[in-house]
Amino acid sequence: MADDLIVRVELRPAHGPPRSVELSLATGDFPLVVLFGPSGAGKSTLLRCLAGLDRPSAGAIHWRSCTWFDAATWVPPQFRDVGFVAQHGALFPHLDVAANVAFGLDALRSAERAARVTEVLDRFDLGALRHRAPATLSGGERQRVALARSLARRPSLLLLDEPFSALDHPARAALRADLRRWVRELGLPTLLVTHDPAEAMAIGDTLAVLDAGRVRQAGPVGEVFEHPRDAATARILGVDTLVAATMLHAIDGRGVVRAGERDLAVSAPDGLTGRVLVCVRAEDVVLFARAPDDGRNGAPGRVVRIDDEGAFTVVALDCGYPLRARLPRRVFGHLGLRVGDEAFAAIDARAAWTIADR
Amino acid sequence: MDWIALALSLRLAAVTTVILLALALPLAWWLTTTRWRWRHVADALVALPMLLPPTVLGYYLLLALGPRSPVGALLLRLTGTSLPFTFPGLVVGSVLYSLPFAVQPMRASFARVDQELLEAAWCLGASRLRTFSRVVLPLSRTGIVAAAVLTFVHTLGEFGVVLMLGGNLPGRTRTVSVAIYDQVQSLDYAAANRTAGVLVGLSFALLALTYRTQREGATRWPTT
Repeated sequence: MADDLIVRVELRPAHGPPRSVELSLATGDFPLVVLFGPSGAGKSTLLRCLAGLDRPSAGAIHWRSCTWFDAATWVPPQFRDVGFVAQHGALFPHLDVAANVAFGLDALRSAERAARVTEVLDRFDLGALRHRAPATLSGGERQRVALARSLARRPSLLLLDEPFSALDHPARAALRADLRRWVRELGLPTLLVTHDPAEAMAIGDTLAVLDAGRVRQAGPVGEVFEHPRDAATARILGVDTLVAATMLHAIDGRGVVRAGERDLAVSAPDGLTGRVLVCVRAEDVVLFARAPDDGRNGAPGRVVRIDDEGAFTVVALDCGYPLRARLPRRVFGHLGLRVGDEAFAAIDARAAWTIADR
Repeated sequence: MDWIALALSLRLAAVTTVILLALALPLAWWLTTTRWRWRHVADALVALPMLLPPTVLGYYLLLALGPRSPVGALLLRLTGTSLPFTFPGLVVGSVLYSLPFAVQPMRASFARVDQELLEAAWCLGASRLRTFSRVVLPLSRTGIVAAAVLTFVHTLGEFGVVLMLGGNLPGRTRTVSVAIYDQVQSLDYAAANRTAGVLVGLSFALLALTYRTQREGATRWPTT
């Protein structure tokens, strides 16, 4: 399949060291591609280069049949036909909602422009806010207007730089769901930058894990989250524990490893042998005060540390290897465990993904 | 009370303000946004008339515009007139003299416009000129009004430049401040009092009015 988007650029910022960023995406990856990675991975840089807001010092950017940047070409943002929405929406404070949405529609005749504004405001449930000033809107409403303003121009590519990160939880969930629906309805290729794994999981079709300017792994969101390719990717994706182990046998996606003193059932790619790492998310570990007699998959251990995380409690265990469990605070309370107590950690074999330890 | 001088001063202030607005808007925007490595030199040049004694500025302008300088000679050849001791000469002097008073308030409010808004406008297809006129200018309204009023009032009260460059020709170059000087010289304190009083009242009223609109401008959109 032909690549839709090819970015390979170098930047020399006025402050800080030079850096390079690479990414290529195919038609099948869209509509909604999530760029995920730690801060400093180059996600925002990449987006700003795509929008034409930052100019690389070398390299090339191609979008479909257009070249936006190479040694001989520089297309300024005005002519790229992209929508760009940043963290705080950047609404024009002196214009009301309708005028903000109409701002990018200069090329249309006035009757057409008015019709387009009304159509877009209706689609985004903003009709009632039409004459409101941005300063009187809530954070969620503001981002909604910013999205509407960008989409009113019917861009060929939508770029979203952490568009929900300044919102409170309910507003975030609602806008996320709406964005997903709009992007699907319009079939609009969209690149969304986030460092929130829950957001990446909730919204994306394709997930590209970015680290130090390179894509470590890209693919369908669920696939990447469940089956990270290597230890660094697993850590970026928020895997709490990587248990060093030896593969005993693996067949049909299942396997058994020896970790510490015990055997552990895991899921694994076929053909994996030798030293491996088992990825265990803390929420996939269940704790018992005593080993249950149903032969559950897991290991006995000792409680090393207990941390409160609001509604959840995170328990660090020593099972011959360090392991973390995250369980609801109330459930943890019933166990009556304290630091130094013996406990039994049960691990869901389907959630324990195994990768080669290189 | 020298009404002719007052009318001349008002005319000079109005013409200077109009010319300076047109000149200072692009200049202030350029100074705010440029990454030119010698921009501090440009900044210093623009601010210089604020600190220089007006007589020094007037003296250099007299030399520069006089028929014996290359610029003055060229102007004489092109227009058939020489600028010193004429109303257009006074306008040139006032524009330079009040330049920092127009540029500084504009710069201050341009610098307060969030870069993100400019980028949003560009991504919505707005050219740099359109971004300036539709986003930067409306958001800098208070600074521009301040620049206009300060220029007007500052020109109204100018003395040194006028004295050096314009002389004292009634109806042509005698401004209200020169008239006051004349009245004091001829010991006509009553006339000087009246003229000075009018000048003080006018300047004070203009400034007070401006501060009032600025207050309103500041509270119209609550900051978020």
